[in-house]
Order: sequence, then C-alpha cells, then structure tokens
Amino acid sequence: MKILVPVKRVIDYNVKPRVKADGTGVDLANVKMSMNPFDEIAVEEAIRIKEAGKAEEIIAVSVGPAKAQETLRTALAMGADRAILVETDEEVEPLAVAKILKAIADEEQPGLVVLGKQSISDDSNQTGQMLAALMGRPQGTFANTVEVDGDSVSVKREIDGGLETVKLTMPAIVTTDLRLNEPRYASLPNIMKAKKKPLDTKAPGDFGVDITPRLTTTNVAEPPVRQAGEKVEDVAALVAKIKELGIA
Amino acid sequence: MNTLVLVEHDNASVNDATLAVVTAAAKLGDVTALVAGSNCGGAADAAAKIAGVSKVLKADDAAYGEGLAENVAPLVAGLMADYDALLAPATTSGKNIAPRVAAMLDVMQISDILSVEGPKAFTRPIYAGNAIATVESSDAKLVITVRGTAFEKAATEGGSASVEDASGAGDAGISTFVSREVADGGDRPELTAAKVIVSGGRALKDSETFEQVINPLADKLGAAIGASRAAVDAGYVPNDYQVGQTGKIVAPEVYIAIGISGAIQHLAGMKDSKVIIAINKDEDAPIFQVADIGLVADLFNAVPEMTGAL
Ligand SMILES: Cc1cc2nc3c(=O)[nH]c(=O)nc-3n(C[C@H](O)[C@H](O)[C@H](O)COP(=O)(O)OP(=O)(O)OC[C@H]3O[C@@H](n4cnc5c(N)ncnc54)[C@H](O)[C@@H]3O)c2cc1C
Ligand SMILES: Nc1ncnc2c1ncn2[C@@H]1O[C@H](COP(=O)(O)O)[C@@H](O)[C@H]1O
Repeated sequence: MKILVPVKRVIDYNVKPRVKADGTGVDLANVKMSMNPFDEIAVEEAIRIKEAGKAEEIIAVSVGPAKAQETLRTALAMGADRAILVETDEEVEPLAVAKILKAIADEEQPGLVVLGKQSISDDSNQTGQMLAALMGRPQGTFANTVEVDGDSVSVKREIDGGLETVKLTMPAIVTTDLRLNEPRYASLPNIMKAKKKPLDTKAPGDFGVDITPRLTTTNVAEPPVRQAGEKVEDVAALVAKIKELGIA
Repeated sequence: MNTLVLVEHDNASVNDATLAVVTAAAKLGDVTALVAGSNCGGAADAAAKIAGVSKVLKADDAAYGEGLAENVAPLVAGLMADYDALLAPATTSGKNIAPRVAAMLDVMQISDILSVEGPKAFTRPIYAGNAIATVESSDAKLVITVRGTAFEKAATEGGSASVEDASGAGDAGISTFVSREVADGGDRPELTAAKVIVSGGRALKDSETFEQVINPLADKLGAAIGASRAAVDAGYVPNDYQVGQTGKIVAPEVYIAIGISGAIQHLAGMKDSKVIIAINKDEDAPIFQVADIGLVADLFNAVPEMTGAL
C-alpha cells in the first residue's frame, strides 16, 4: 500500500503574523516558514504505519512555490520515500488543492491519504474532506488514533463531546489532530539522505486543474486589540473584583 | 436567497450551536432547517420552534443517525438544488460534513464566518485570528460554516415552521460508526455555552492536581472547565477541553486563565471573552497583555485561597 501525505508550507507557528498596512494580506517577507504542524503529524503517522509493515511507500506532495521544496525535503528527511511538488506562485484554495490531490491519487492509487486537519495560515479545515468527496471515499477527520487492519482503517476522532470511532473501507482519507502522535525530528544523516530522494516537479496545468480562486479577499485587517487591564495586589483584591462582576 | 441550515442535534433536541447559525442564515434570506438523523422527530419539532426558521426538512433514516459525513453529505448536496446557501455550525460535526458538501457542489467553503457583509461577502479569521479577512465568493452557491460566538443565538421558542420529510440515498456503504466516548459533564455547563470558564494550563502538573485545584473553583462559580493544549496533551483533561485556534472557540462573560502562558494559539480561542482574568507567577506572561484583571502569584496558593474566599 502507498500512503499519500500532502504537506503545506506555512508561517512558522512561533511567529506572530503581522497584517500589511495596505490591507492586502499578512506580511510573509523574511518570515520564518515551516511545514504546517498538523502535516508533520501526518508524515509521522504515515511513517509509523510503514514501520509497522502496513505500507510500502510514502509520497509527500506539496502545492506551492519553489520554496515548498524545503518542506518536502523535511518530509523526506523524516522518512517519506519520494515527493511531488506542484509548483505555482499563486495562492491555491483548498478546493483546487483537493482537485490536484485527487488527480495525483488517481495516478498513484494510495490506500490512505493522510492530511493535516487544518493549515494554521488560512485555518480552512476543509481540504481533506473535499478530497474525500472528490474521490468518493470515506474520511476519518481529526484523528486521535489510526489503526490499519486489512482493507479497512479504524479512526478514533476528536469531537466536541469527546471521542468517536469510525471504521472506514480503504482507500480512505484521514486528517490529523494534535494528539495522534509526536512527530520525530529528522536526524542529520537522514537530512543528508533526503537530498538524494526523488522529488518531481509538476504544474497545476499538468493535472488539468483550474486554480482560479473562487473567493476574492477584499480586505485583511487587524482584529480589535485588547488592552491590558490592571494587575491586582493579592487574592483578596481579586476576590473583590470577581464579586463586583456578579458571578459569585 | 433561500438558505439551508444544517442542524446539529442528538435526534431528540437541537444543539445550541445551531441557534447562531440560524441568525447568520436569516441575514442572507429565508431559512430552512435540515434535521438529518434517526428517529429525529424530537429534534425536528424543536427546530420548527426556533424563531426565524420557516421550514424544517426531516430526513429520518438509520444511515443518518450518527452523522456520518459519507452518508449525510450526499443528502445535503442533493437538497441544495433548491437552495442558494448552506450554513453549518463550525463545530467538529459541521466541519466534518460541510466541506464534503462543498466539494460535491464544486464550491469553495467559507470557513468560520464572523459576520455577513453582503449577499456573498463575509469576514473570517485567518492566522489564528491575528488577521480578519473579508472575502467575497464568486461561486453560484455558498457553503459556509459559522463561528458560534460571533452571532446572537436565535430564540428557541417563537417559530412555528412546518415539518416536511426529505430523503436521500441513505447508507453510502463505505463507513460505519463504531463507538463514542462522551464524558458526562454532570451539572457543569458546556464549554461553548458557559457564562464563566475556568481554564488550566501546563502549570497544573497532572490530572489529580488539575482536578483538586481547578474543579472546586469552577464549582463555586458554576463554571465550565477549559484547558490549554499543553494541559490536554499531558493528559490532565480530555481533548474536548482544549480552548484555542485548533480547539474550541469560547467567548464567556468571564474567562479565568490559570497557569496558562497565553500563546497566540490559545488566545485565538478566548480573546473575545468579555472579561479575562489571569493568574500566573510570571509577571511577563503574554496572557497579561489581554487580561482585564491579572494576579501575579503562585496558583497553588492563590487558587485555593480564592476558592475559600468566594
Ligand atoms: C498547530 C498548533 C496548534 C495549537 N493549538 C492550540 C490550541 O488550540 N489551544 C492552546 O491552548 N494551545 C495550542 N497550541 C499550543 C500553544 O502554542 C502553547 O504551546 C500552549 O498553549 C501552551 O500551554 P500552557 O500555556 O498551558 O503552557 P506553557 O506555555 O508552558 O505555560 C505555563 C504557564 O504557567 C505558568 N506557571 C507555572 N507554574 C505556575 C504556578 N505555580 N503558578 C502560576 N503560574 C505558573 C508559567 O509562568 C507559564 O506562563 C497549538 C500549537 C500548535 C503548534
Ligand atoms: N497547498 C497545499 N499543499 C499540500 N497540502 C495542502 C495544501 N493546502 C492544504 N493542504 C493539506 O490540507 C490540510 C488542511 O488544510 P486547509 O484545508 O487549508 O486547512 C493541510 O494540513 C495539508 O495537509
């Protein structure tokens, strides 16, 4: 079985994003970029499934600028076997990403596609579900535990009320939540080895996918800023404040 | 515009998250509520009473009972022939189903809207709420998820919608529901509906300590309990306690953050709370930059003292 793992290059989660003064977006010039944290979890999960002898090959895919190669090299250094960069300088929306991934899945015929549940840049939380719809396959979103068993996969999902388990017939789509695993760091020898692993470069047009955006962003603004309030001296003062609020 | 609201429910009653969605949908046009479930007559009747709902579609089928996206999405996509917009709550259930419908309709979903700015224009948070984007859709139909804290809740009484049966293809045959582990919160209010939330972070050490320190204070205040990702990852509390960018979004009257540093991912989930109170032993903790009332103290002394004095 092959596992396909889509990985996105996004602003590093430690960076505080700054809105551009002209309202056109967030300033990404000279900002540290990394693999979307949920996608690191996806790569890790794919590696664990392979290490358990349940998969033969892991293919990492990224849709993005030439620099997304770095993200793919990170996935290769962690343990993916080969990578595909679908190169474009345009912002590609989840629907178009899902269409490109569908085309790649048609070619590669993976048993599982493991994505992040959400990219921390656009916070869309939709690509995996869309891919599942386009492929006509089941989805185990917000995965906390994934167990491959023959031609089906059990996914324990993090839901608002707790946890839920579903059983899916493969091929299936899984999206990762934070508790699925703790991603490994790539070791130096593996980083060196990753440089020699195959990385194909394609264009959205190669898959016949029109990436024209459906949504136009007309403005990007700072959220209302909260002012820091006061610090109180001691517990007695805090309790007095709480009583003033009328909640106790 | 004709809108379809995907009702979140437990077959017997309607979940609160739906009420904000009805308010958002009413800003766009006429509201039909879809109750897809199994033996869901109770939920359909409850939906019919929501103020602002003009019609209820009830799709009652064993295949819809557990809300499996593979079964529910084709039903919704089929019904969308008669509607211009689908609105679902930005809950784990809505986020699971709505994008699947969007792709079936060849539409880009607009996730987690904060406001309606025009018939096809909305604001939504990006980058953990550090930026608010205004987006306009060029799609023929709209698929939207709605942030519950951003819209008033529609009244649960006052409506008198008709209930009609609807049906779809039923079981897609590619997924099955196995089990659900849902903690019984007892008398404690639900996190996203609570007026007061007491949240604990990594500083709480372990699950026993968390319970010993946080629960008595929450009991005194009739509060729900939340947590940072660090506290959830470390197993102090279950995953559904997580507040933040990738957890639950809350906006209570009062949010009390205890031993939480205030990482941007945490702030994303609670900075719209009316009053924020923070207790942290580090006077430079970023949480104090958003807190209305701060106390620099060791929580293991301060919180029990506070609980005692309330
Ligand atoms: C992809 C991604 C998604 C994430 N999503 C979320 C999310 O949704 N929600 C979320 O919360 N986080 C999220 N995070 C994690 C976030 O970045 C922080 O790591 C996390 O919020 C830190 O939790 P904390 O404040 O409890 O822990 P810490 O940052 O370790 O802070 C502990 C605080 O406790 C204080 N303290 C210690 N001892 C005491 C004491 N005795 N008395 C008083 N104060 C004390 C310390 O001064 C410190 O400020 C996410 C991260 C990533 C990468
Ligand atoms: N441009 C992209 N390239 C590769 N994978 C992507 C891309 N955009 C989204 N994804 C995948 O889809 C997941 C969810 O993203 P989103 O729907 O944008 O929140 C991410 O965690 C990735 O796994």
